[in-house]
Amino acid sequence: MSDRGNFDMTVMPDQEERTHSRGGVSLPKAEQTTTAAAESDPMQCCEAVIRAKSFSLYYGQTVGVKDVTLDIYRCSVTSIIGPSGCGKSTLLRSINRMNDLVPSARAEGKLEVAGTDVYDRRINLVNLRQQVGMVFQHPNPFPKSIYDNIAFGPRLQGIRRRSRLDEIVERCLRSAALWEEVRDDLKKSALALSGGQQQRLCIARALATEPKVLLMDEPCSALDPIATGRIEELIGKLRDNYSIVIVTHNMQQAARVSERTAFMCMGELIEYGLTRDVFTNPQQKRTEDYITGRFG
Amino acid sequence: MPRNELTMTEGSESAAAAGFDRSLLLTPGRDLAGYLGRGIGWVLLTTVACASVMAVMLIFVFIFKEAWPFLTGGRVMEFFGSTAWYPARDDEFGALSLFAGSAYATAGATLIAGLLGVSAAVFLSDIVPFRIRQILKPVVEILAAIPSVAYGFFALLVVAPWMQDTLGFTTGTNILNVTVMLSIMAVPTVVSIAEDALTAVGRNLREGAYAMGCTRAETLVKVVIPAAHSGIIAAVILGMMRAIGETMLVWMASGNAAQVPSPWWDLSQSVRTVTATIAGEMGETERGGVHYHALFALGLLLLTITFGLNLVSEYFLRRTRRRQGTGG
Repeated sequence: MSDRGNFDMTVMPDQEERTHSRGGVSLPKAEQTTTAAAESDPMQCCEAVIRAKSFSLYYGQTVGVKDVTLDIYRCSVTSIIGPSGCGKSTLLRSINRMNDLVPSARAEGKLEVAGTDVYDRRINLVNLRQQVGMVFQHPNPFPKSIYDNIAFGPRLQGIRRRSRLDEIVERCLRSAALWEEVRDDLKKSALALSGGQQQRLCIARALATEPKVLLMDEPCSALDPIATGRIEELIGKLRDNYSIVIVTHNMQQAARVSERTAFMCMGELIEYGLTRDVFTNPQQKRTEDYITGRFG
Repeated sequence: MPRNELTMTEGSESAAAAGFDRSLLLTPGRDLAGYLGRGIGWVLLTTVACASVMAVMLIFVFIFKEAWPFLTGGRVMEFFGSTAWYPARDDEFGALSLFAGSAYATAGATLIAGLLGVSAAVFLSDIVPFRIRQILKPVVEILAAIPSVAYGFFALLVVAPWMQDTLGFTTGTNILNVTVMLSIMAVPTVVSIAEDALTAVGRNLREGAYAMGCTRAETLVKVVIPAAHSGIIAAVILGMMRAIGETMLVWMASGNAAQVPSPWWDLSQSVRTVTATIAGEMGETERGGVHYHALFALGLLLLTITFGLNLVSEYFLRRTRRRQGTGG
């Protein structure tokens, strides 16, 4: 199990740089300026971390995602919106191959993460999923203690030293803005936490494997408005260090948290662009109808 | 005018005005009939329910009453301290050899049935495609319906001669035979309940594990099985209870020699269990004699153990249900 690290997927040089410099809370200072600069002229920001090229995914005969081509950029938040059953979750789950759990799923076209096609036969699923973390619609902490939940991923990677694990647990809980609330009962069962805390725990758990990308599948739909607010705040903090893709039914949420928005309908990508453009000046009729509430 | 009356009359009038042509209230006769019917139903069901509970309680009381003379007869030390069980010939009641027999058979069967059953349950819940599981699981559950005498035949006529001829044991009815047959009999119970527990773990936990980069084996060992551990423990205990309480099969397959095997690891020797002793000797004993009461003492002990195990398994099953109830 300790040889997991040797199979590291293709990592871009500047991503590696980032891995080394991450961890400090003060670091994003310099980053923020780039983000700010990026926001003023965002399209030329940075390169794509996820790249779909005429990607389709079928469940048996049913179309899940049809011929989607889009680039998702590094260190920004991209939201995917659209009516129920439009394939947004399917697209999200294709990125870390969670659709493999459905036996009849079949992919066509290309879906690249950091330059590697994830539907390549030789893909190392373990390394892919540890570097493309996922947060689900319903909080799904393991029925273990808070500590063991966070330490789960690092332990899979073969980290056994107590001090190292302690350090990771604290760092991840801090990043997920949960440390202050649980620091005194790390031994408590994760199931005893409230729904919002459980979801932040799941985010912390995903951070513990040092991912580069975080996929969030309607992370707030099972939470109340206050918990939702905290998660959104957290997404705002994480955007400096992680590329986040979030699927949401809540258009205000998409407008609040994301830099770019993709609108999908019937498995197809209808429109993709900067969030403010998509929401204020949609190019497509269907996008306009959806965001103004005329359909969906 | 009292307010109720007003609303009543106004209500029926406005009901008619709104087009409700059938009365919304019961006639006095139907109201009374309904009231009486509910009362009678309650009394009947309560009686039946109480009778079944009472029957179980009375069995306890009866066995305890019949065991009491032996327990107070000053022979308890011998009962729990000696291995010599010669009730008819020498008036000796050392039940330790019987306990040893039961312990061997039960422990062996629990071990084998637990390992086989839990592996099979994991296989059914997580490895085979769902459609095949839908066929296989009922088949396994049907195995639980085979009467134990049938297993006894098999043990006596197939396994025993095979052990004598091929393995060279002096007797084919021995610990190994009874253990293997008991475990085969207990496996369906374990599989059925453990599989339920594993299936109940739910897709979201499995997805969580895969998303953390677990392989399928890691998902099963580190997440699914720990999450289902209460149900799995309950399943193994229920399998164990089948083995402890089984009489006919052990009567046919164990050889019925009241002895503690020596050396202790020699599984080719015959033993005799508590259940087989009661079944075998009750017919020959004199009613009201020491032997008679001693057999009841054995029965009481058996009842206490199975009752205790039942409580433990119930506790674990409840824990599983509660956990699923609160989500997670």
